Amino acid sequence: MNATARAQAPFPTADAPQKNALEVRNLNFFYGKFQGLKGVNLNIEERKVTAFIGPSGCGKSTLLRTLNRMYSLYPGQRAEGEINFYGQNILDPKQDLNLLRARIGMVFQKPTPFPMTIYDNIAFGVKLYENLNKGDMDERVEWALTKAALWNEVKDKLGQNGMSLSGGQQQRLCIARSVAVKPSVLLLDEPTSALDPISTGKVEELVHELKSDYTIAIVTHNMQQAARCSDYTAYMYLGELIEFGATEQIFFKPKRTETEDYITGRFG
Amino acid sequence: MQMNATPLYKRRKRTNLVGLSLSMTAMVLGLVALLWILFVLFSNGLAALELSLFTQDTPAPGSEGGGLRNAIVGSLMIVGLAVLVSTPIGILAGVYLTEYGDTSKTAEFTRFVTDIMLSAPSVVLGLFVYAIAVATVGNFSGYAGSLALSLIAIPVVMRTTENMLRLVPGSLREAAFALGAPRWKVATLVTLRAAKSGVITGLLLAVARISGETAPLLFTALNNQFFSTNMGAPMANLPVVIFQFAMSPYDNWIDLAWGGALLITLAVLALNILARVFFREKVRA
Repeated sequence: MNATARAQAPFPTADAPQKNALEVRNLNFFYGKFQGLKGVNLNIEERKVTAFIGPSGCGKSTLLRTLNRMYSLYPGQRAEGEINFYGQNILDPKQDLNLLRARIGMVFQKPTPFPMTIYDNIAFGVKLYENLNKGDMDERVEWALTKAALWNEVKDKLGQNGMSLSGGQQQRLCIARSVAVKPSVLLLDEPTSALDPISTGKVEELVHELKSDYTIAIVTHNMQQAARCSDYTAYMYLGELIEFGATEQIFFKPKRTETEDYITGRFG
Repeated sequence: MQMNATPLYKRRKRTNLVGLSLSMTAMVLGLVALLWILFVLFSNGLAALELSLFTQDTPAPGSEGGGLRNAIVGSLMIVGLAVLVSTPIGILAGVYLTEYGDTSKTAEFTRFVTDIMLSAPSVVLGLFVYAIAVATVGNFSGYAGSLALSLIAIPVVMRTTENMLRLVPGSLREAAFALGAPRWKVATLVTLRAAKSGVITGLLLAVARISGETAPLLFTALNNQFFSTNMGAPMANLPVVIFQFAMSPYDNWIDLAWGGALLITLAVLALNILARVFFREKVRA
């Protein structure tokens, strides 16, 4: 997807028929010889929150990291199959990874502020692909920090180092950073597992607000969080997608016994 | 519960005492050696630390007084040029090794060569530069001296840069990649910046290392009795002057040698302290 296509791609309105932002078809993933994902098929609907749950090692983070080709940084890891992002197969070796990651953003478990000022942290991603003058950039930074519910706390100290914030604030800074480049999809990899309950609550509120503009996929080991935040839930176990459906259906009337066992805490 | 000391407990206490005594003795020995060196340096060199040291040039054999001005300026220029050359090369090579090459054959080979050069005797490096930059051109020069010092400094800077970059957590890099940043931007704007204080510390230590190297300069910059800023010709420098003056029969020469040795020691000490203070401050922030 070149830069012009990206700028011109129309953003569908709420009346348009529900589209899939990402369609995963027959995805197999390998860490060297070990197979981490086995024949995964699922759709991620746009502007909805899709949660991935499952016990440790089931492949949920692996799946998330295929969606923005993050695994391509590491030579021993490879994926087979198809992942269609608005019709374009991103597993194609010719896919431009940097452009892809500008459209599919990711927030990690551990907050990772860059070693620069709060302002520069947000501006970093924006400067990569857009040429904004100072006024526009100031606006974008304010917009992103407001979206991440951080603006009021940091508006007087934008010149301070990003690492001087508390853990919860740092994570919201990372979210603001990812939001600032206006991606289509936001991938959240256990974004609150390193945070205290208050910060966790704030981030969950954020997810709820963001989903009106962004497609969100969230990996969480906290089932209550998945039940609270998501529209769709995917239950995974040992690299396979066991069940996928609307969150209410998964949590109240799961179709598979494995799902039911996990949900009710019988194991996991 | 009884609290009597069993034979096992007594034996362990004894072993602890022996171990502790041995380590403390070793520490004291090392400290004594260092303090003794400093004491001898200061007691012999302090007398020479006066203004004339910095304002007068090296005296001719037999004449009175004199200073080390030309040697100090010469050292500053030769070391300065070497630092200017080896800093970008060393840092960029370190960035390559960590961010690009990683485990590739080229990177492994580079590391192997770097390790060899790190332990290469400096006299060998000096002789090498003599063969390629002095004998070919026909005269000794400050440039050849800087070249020789660079060959010593570059592997040091490379290695410390690589080690400091490796300390940066992979999650920081991934966060930058996740925004769509190309690898060179991740390497320079994020990773290198995160490792900044460590890299600068490595640089300061490399400078401290090459300030005192004598053997390479013997074959390259040689020496100059007069004040000169022409790097294309032989240049005075502190290590060679010390070498020449220390073994001479003239009293003022020997005093000047001690003064020069003290100067170099103080400079190296200052650089080390600066490196520590700088690194510790950044780590705390």
